[in-house]
Amino acid sequence: MIKVKAQKKLITSHGPINLNVDFQILDQELITLFGPSGGGKTTILRMIAGLTDPDEGFIQVGEEVWFDSEKKINKPIQERQISFVFQEYNLFPNMTVLENLQYALKDKKDTAMIAELLEMVHLTQLKNRKPETLSGGQKQRVALIRALLRKPKIFLLDEPLSSLDLELRLKLQDEIHIIYNRFKIPTIFVTHDLSEVFKLSNRILILEQGKIVRSGRPGEIFGEDNLSGKFKFVGTILELQKDNFLIIVTVQIGANVTKVVATEEEAHNWVVGDRVIVMSKAFNPIILKV
Amino acid sequence: MGLVIASVFFSLPFIVNPIKAGFESFPKSLIEASYALGKSRWQTLLRVILPNIKPSLLTGVIMAFAHTIGEFGVVLMIGGSIPGETRTASIAIFGEVEALNYANANFYSAILFVISFAILFLLNTINRKAFKTFS
Repeated sequence: MIKVKAQKKLITSHGPINLNVDFQILDQELITLFGPSGGGKTTILRMIAGLTDPDEGFIQVGEEVWFDSEKKINKPIQERQISFVFQEYNLFPNMTVLENLQYALKDKKDTAMIAELLEMVHLTQLKNRKPETLSGGQKQRVALIRALLRKPKIFLLDEPLSSLDLELRLKLQDEIHIIYNRFKIPTIFVTHDLSEVFKLSNRILILEQGKIVRSGRPGEIFGEDNLSGKFKFVGTILELQKDNFLIIVTVQIGANVTKVVATEEEAHNWVVGDRVIVMSKAFNPIILKV
Repeated sequence: MGLVIASVFFSLPFIVNPIKAGFESFPKSLIEASYALGKSRWQTLLRVILPNIKPSLLTGVIMAFAHTIGEFGVVLMIGGSIPGETRTASIAIFGEVEALNYANANFYSAILFVISFAILFLLNTINRKAFKTFS
């Protein structure tokens, strides 16, 4: 069990906000932190990792207290057994893939784990390459397994897939899922991609302006549980066009753009940029705001 | 000896500045990544930062060297100019010009020019190679 209670004043591009969160993560749980940028998602990860100090708060992982502002406990990052995967990979350019991985090892003899992880993400062939010669997806795979070599108590992923294109992102989501199932480490995944939320997480925390405004299973949050759809996609409204009594809604789903009709009544509070679920019940597609 | 110490002081800014720039431009996120892997500040400095700012280190060293080779003012003030011991190229040139011995002065200048050119050329070649491993 991981307990996080933290408060910190932040200056963001939208002005100052007061980050104030209190949540727990069960063993083996993967939660996503979801919400608009500038809401404090990354700061929460950095506070757990020990890269940023909360103004006030308490962070406990298992039996160990990592931070306690009242008792003046603040373990340095090196003593917190974490894995941190950054958005920008952060591989060391002076080392090969293998050297990057070896650098992360505490016990230099633990080469079996390196071999297993390299195999898991299909990078064994590339182990002697320098990071600069790898593609974005390959780099992020190396970063993922490098982080795991520390045998972490908590796995922190800060929008690890946001700089990859859609196809690669889907592939790496699957790999993260495999890795997560293999190690079952409590994981916090920061993202602003809804498909990642649905695909990966057991639970979702929605963070807005430094506060957790909602939490629950993705299905509960987005209210799709009580719908029986044949297919369901999450997308973004690109255009609303009035055509007699109907509204033609252009929705972007992943890399595809599709048009769906809705009645004026349904669409009256939709605006461009809204997140929606497009689904089909038997024959006719239905579109709902999430 | 005094001359060496004085030169060190005088050339210090030339070595410190490139290295400082190297440290400053080094991505902080890479340092954090190293800490996040449980590495201490020392380990991070030795195994991540220094190997990656080699170009800056090299620039610093060679700048200081090239600067010291053409040293003039410090030598005149402190070491004097003892032939075969503390006389530097630029002082030798100055001496020959004073003596209206232009042929010798030109010759010395040519040597100094060739040496400094060679050093800068070397610096650029190595730097370009070293930079390849970075970025």
